[in-house]
Amino acid sequence: MAERSFKTEVEKLRLGAGADFGGEGILAVTKALLQAGVAYVGGYQGSPISHLMDVFSDADALLRESGVHFETSASEAAAAAMLAASVNYPLRGAVAWKSVVGTNVASDALSNVASGGVKGGALIIVGEDYGEGSSIMQERTHAFAMKSQIWLLDPRPNLTTIVDMVERSFELSEASNTPVMLELRVRTCHLQGHFTARDNVRPSFTIAEALNNPVRDIDRIVLPPASFLHEVEKIEKRWPAAQRFILDAHLNEFLGAASGDVGIIVQGGLYNTLNRALELSGLSDEFGNSKLPIYVLNVTYPLIPEEVQAFCRGKRAVLIVEEGQPEFIEHELNTLINRADGRTRVVGKAVLPRAGEYTGAVLRSGIEKFMKEFSPETPILGAPRREGEDARLNMEVPQRPPGFCTGCPERPIFTAMKMVQRELGAFHVSSDIGCNLFSILPPFNIGNTTMGYGLSSAGASAFKPAPGGKRAIAVMGDGGFWHNGLTSGFGNAVFNQDDNVVIVVDNGYSAATGGQDLLSSAADNQFRSTKNPIEKALRGVGIDWIRPLTRTYDVPRMRDTLKAALTTRTKGPKVIIAQSECMLNKQRRIRPQISKAIKAGKRIVHERFGIDPDTCTGDHSCIRLSGCPSLSVKPSMDPLRTDPVAHVDNSCVGCGLCGEISHAAVLCPSFYRAQIVTNPTRIDRLGSAIRAFLIGFLQGRADRALARRAF
Amino acid sequence: MGETSNPSRRRITIAIMALGGQGGGVLADWIIAMATRENYVAQGTSVPGVAQRTGATIYYIELFPKAAHPPILALSPMPGDVNIVIAAELMEAGRAILRGFVDQDRTTLIASTHRIYAISEKSAMGDGIANRDYVLNAARTRARNFVGFDMEFAAERAGSMISPVLFGALAASGALPFSRESFEAAIRDSAIAVGANLKGFAAGFVGEADKTTVAPSPDLPPSPQTQAGRKLQARIEAELRKQAWAFAIEGVRRLLDYQDAAYAELYLDRLGAVAALDTAGPDRVLTRETARHLALWMSYEDTIRVADLKTRRSRIARVHEEVRALPDQVVHVTEFMHPRLEEICETMPAWVGRHVLRSKTISALLSPLFRQGRHVTSTRLGWFLILYFIAGLRPWRRGTLRYRQEQARIDAWLALACDAAKSDAGAALELVQSQGLIKGYGDTFARGLKNFDILLSVYRRFRNRPDCAATLRGLREAALKDEEGHALSAALMQFGLAVDAA
Repeated sequence: MAERSFKTEVEKLRLGAGADFGGEGILAVTKALLQAGVAYVGGYQGSPISHLMDVFSDADALLRESGVHFETSASEAAAAAMLAASVNYPLRGAVAWKSVVGTNVASDALSNVASGGVKGGALIIVGEDYGEGSSIMQERTHAFAMKSQIWLLDPRPNLTTIVDMVERSFELSEASNTPVMLELRVRTCHLQGHFTARDNVRPSFTIAEALNNPVRDIDRIVLPPASFLHEVEKIEKRWPAAQRFILDAHLNEFLGAASGDVGIIVQGGLYNTLNRALELSGLSDEFGNSKLPIYVLNVTYPLIPEEVQAFCRGKRAVLIVEEGQPEFIEHELNTLINRADGRTRVVGKAVLPRAGEYTGAVLRSGIEKFMKEFSPETPILGAPRREGEDARLNMEVPQRPPGFCTGCPERPIFTAMKMVQRELGAFHVSSDIGCNLFSILPPFNIGNTTMGYGLSSAGASAFKPAPGGKRAIAVMGDGGFWHNGLTSGFGNAVFNQDDNVVIVVDNGYSAATGGQDLLSSAADNQFRSTKNPIEKALRGVGIDWIRPLTRTYDVPRMRDTLKAALTTRTKGPKVIIAQSECMLNKQRRIRPQISKAIKAGKRIVHERFGIDPDTCTGDHSCIRLSGCPSLSVKPSMDPLRTDPVAHVDNSCVGCGLCGEISHAAVLCPSFYRAQIVTNPTRIDRLGSAIRAFLIGFLQGRADRALARRAF
Repeated sequence: MGETSNPSRRRITIAIMALGGQGGGVLADWIIAMATRENYVAQGTSVPGVAQRTGATIYYIELFPKAAHPPILALSPMPGDVNIVIAAELMEAGRAILRGFVDQDRTTLIASTHRIYAISEKSAMGDGIANRDYVLNAARTRARNFVGFDMEFAAERAGSMISPVLFGALAASGALPFSRESFEAAIRDSAIAVGANLKGFAAGFVGEADKTTVAPSPDLPPSPQTQAGRKLQARIEAELRKQAWAFAIEGVRRLLDYQDAAYAELYLDRLGAVAALDTAGPDRVLTRETARHLALWMSYEDTIRVADLKTRRSRIARVHEEVRALPDQVVHVTEFMHPRLEEICETMPAWVGRHVLRSKTISALLSPLFRQGRHVTSTRLGWFLILYFIAGLRPWRRGTLRYRQEQARIDAWLALACDAAKSDAGAALELVQSQGLIKGYGDTFARGLKNFDILLSVYRRFRNRPDCAATLRGLREAALKDEEGHALSAALMQFGLAVDAA
């Protein structure tokens, strides 16, 4: 079960025609798919699209009753390959993933499905993880659309347009026998808004019907000579068909003034930001009544020459607002205008930054430059000059890099690694994708590279240790393991006789993407097969040196196992499987159970840690070995000490790492663990009373002695 | 920035700066639900990304009175265009200012003034905490209207999360054109923890009334209660300049508690030697700092001291309070002790301890016994008695090996400080403050002591040089940069000193 539950929200998916639908962008997309009569959906989770997968999962029962097949794909490649169902049959299908990384993974299948083309509408929903809050390399999905001839939609960010575009995408796909990508930016995915619902439509043709009546068309399979025909077909048939559909269906929009000397062409997804920038510049109002003509590209690939030429005709210059690089649209616009012998200047990256997110402030300054040069007669409000940057404030406000959650079971793994490195020296560490990558940040500062999801082991495979030399260490999460790691990591390591050490973090969830279930999850899942152990898979590919550790918080054991793996004479890949449940999800799982038990009067023991401020000397070694959010500092109450003392706040979940660290690293005796017994039994209470009496007696003696020698 | 704002502007823009787990999303949902009911078009969005794991998140909301045409609402805050900034922590308010969201003419800034320290602040080897006053002052001066108080504390007292307190403060600020009832209705409609949230909301709404609970200012030096105390106080007042009294009184108080009156007298003897040489400047900073550092060093944390502090009645009470144990709950406390052979020997009579440590055979024989950390359940009678016994060794402390070692180190250190005080007051102060490097237990203690020794040896080589004090300060700061000692090595090189200067 995922971290965020949409169980109540998914009921909105049943709304009928005319009803007002209010909710998150992701939920609206799901509703749009149902309205479009989709027959199957799949995908792989990852920000900003994780919630879409969570909505699908939580709506699984509803999807089933609507005749829709839903799959939590093993990877984006698996999801893309699912679209094969639309090649021979009039089945509408949709898949979703985080892009550009997911598109990278999916590209083999994407190229194939794009080459042969589709009969049923095939839609790929990509969460474009670009700009603020992004966790990946800054690249454009646009390039993939271009190279494979997949049409790319980038709708205006309001739910009505998005829902409309989802439905139109299927029509476009079917009209042009081409898969379509719908790009949603980070904030759009999390957008809360409204649209008017339509009735859901049951798929007109079902998966079962397809299976019972198989159709085969060798011309749709990518193998010569068909593959050469596909390329010609793309150019001569599908492209013009798509352009015709886009033109006829008015997917792109002409907004603002009907005419003018200058105009703006904008990617649909940036329209709202653009209007705000124009409004603050005095060139538009709150309803989008722009003084400049605006051509909104809800379809950013392909461009429609007729529309472009009509928009540019008679204009001195057009500003193309195109986020990211390279500036494919700008290049294409220049080509289109040249071919039509137009004189309009196309201005884009000349006034806007070549790289980085196009925020309102960025657009505003770009518009100002554009207008000053090409329409100096138009009055424009200049951007406010920012008051002198407050360098001191900048210095005082600390950065907040992401880190492991309170009680995270991955933390002790890196604590142990830090301790091993103190003993044996530094190691080359190949990191992966997932929560485990937070190790590269303070306080651990461990990890040299990350090459992709499930690729940490492969990322260390070039490092073949010299005789007696150091081995490399790779760290991989269970998410990465099942996504890709089993074959490209461990199969590769066995075959190529790697001699490195891999730590597989088996926390029971695809934790970084929001706690979705995996093959090896310990939880029962009504619709999926779980509890398939990682160790079994490893043995299956031929790995013999495997050490499962069932309690990652046991730092000495983790340290010693890691040392053993690094120093053993056994050749071949060595794998440590570090198994403890993701704490964030564990807390979500057990908290309701505990409060229920407490209410029922059951004896419950919970633990948390604390620090005695009078023995803490304020060195903070413990924090440098932990970094737990609940292990913090507070000003010292000791008038003689100026340094803040360590302090455990009330969010502590009692994972035990603090105690393990103070033992394993021989730190200090300031930590204590409190075991708090709720609903104590009579025996508990009696024991406690006796101890309190005897200890109290001795403490009384000590107190009197203390009073005698007091100030 | 008035010249650029649109006079007919009808939207209300709200940015919420929160950390993971603070309920920023819930707050955003309340605002959106309330505005929708009040006949506004409400749009919200956020950028969680990896920020959900301990990082900072911004939620952004735009409200617009319903009109015939739908407004075009933006998805992210623009500098100078934000009406309300809500920060769930002080530094997040600072971040909002840095990003230009807080506008002098437009913005109501609602911020909790409590701190959640960032990892860079927490992991510093000394004091890495950011200057809250600077940020607080920026919040006061840079916003049109600033509402700030410790909302985390208010939430705790109300038994709620911080989000309803922020919501209450928002209601009270009058920055939104909605009534208190409308705010409360939003909480009720969400139907989650309504009671606690309404309490938190009320606490946030009163806000300022909270001031009565602000922690009292640090105590004035206490007046003596015992014969010994009065005698020591009289001696302090007779022998030391006034500026040093506060620390000296704290010092004798601590050493009485630590050992006995004679030990406190020894402290004053030592302090007096430095004070006699402290003639530079009216503020007697050398005496004051010596009073502080000497007291800290003389109350070094040996096993006796730790056992003593762990078994006190006041300590058990503090633990109960800290873990928020209710009267009907039973609490067991386990200590994480790691006495190595070294610590055991240090607690023995000096000659025995020395002998054991010197003898390889005995050490080899005994050390396996002290390799494992011990889980000491100090609330159980057995372990309590052991700790109580160790604490009871206090009268024999002077005979322990550790006592001998520490007193020798202290005397050597003070001798150097006195030597410096005669000619170079700056260097003397630096030497005294170097004591701050010695911290902690086990390996941490050993590392600190090593760095301290390096500084002393550098002093011996640099004495009589005009840059002696500056060099010592540079090295001390470098020693506190990282625990691996990279910065210190680099600084030593820079000052032309071999890395193994010690």
